[in-house]
Amino acid sequence: MVINRLDQTFAALADPTRRAILARLASGEASVMELAEPFAISQPAISKHLKVLERAGLISRGRDAQRRPCRLEAKPFAEANGWLESYRQFWEARFQRLDTLLKEKKRK
Amino acid sequence: MTITTPSDREIAMTRVFDAPRALVFEALTKPELVQQWLLGPPGWSMPVCEIDLKVGGAYRYLWRGPDGTEMGVRGVVREIVAPERLVATERFDESWYPGEALITSVLVERDGKTTLTLTVLYESKEARDGVLKTPMDKGLAQSYNRLAELLATITSLD
Repeated sequence: MVINRLDQTFAALADPTRRAILARLASGEASVMELAEPFAISQPAISKHLKVLERAGLISRGRDAQRRPCRLEAKPFAEANGWLESYRQFWEARFQRLDTLLKEKKRK
Repeated sequence: MTITTPSDREIAMTRVFDAPRALVFEALTKPELVQQWLLGPPGWSMPVCEIDLKVGGAYRYLWRGPDGTEMGVRGVVREIVAPERLVATERFDESWYPGEALITSVLVERDGKTTLTLTVLYESKEARDGVLKTPMDKGLAQSYNRLAELLATITSLD
């Protein structure tokens, strides 16, 4: 179900290291070693983060036994972004009406 | 506009308005003004909007959809520091989250513009998460700091 998947997506995104990993993968696939490079943490620690991201369906790992490159999976992002977007749109529509109202009041 | 989850039990929204805060405060507290902007999804009206603006005073909002469906909320004003701070409780008639929520509006003015931060504090994490998952106009979502930015980067590559 979409909601359970969203829970996993958001839980996976709650960690700054994992967000940084995703940001890195946004510019192309990378191996664990390449991903570990910019962080002051060990490869096993990175692997742990990658497992969380993989379980949430945010990334997938290649089959190449040696490198097993990680790449971003766009679908859960599109789902999460859809929810975020409708929430934002709901409130933004209200706030835009408030903008208009304030503009009218300011003129008076 | 930014949406964040400052704690397990909160949702916060921040938005800048091009108006002095005295005016924004009025728009948040005068029924005839609230009625013009605090609407629901497209097509919904707000036929009832009553606010007894004093500490301990009650307020009542009712929205009506195109098919006649009604959604009401009531609460009590807890704190008023005009025009910079307003605290009130919130309870929906047909509650889609357990218990009551506390809404704090903070207004900060700078160079004639006002930053409004609206924080909703729920009784429990479960209540907040319930709201985030309950479709109100089919969409209330959870967000994290910087998430929007990250998502924008990533989805644009898709």
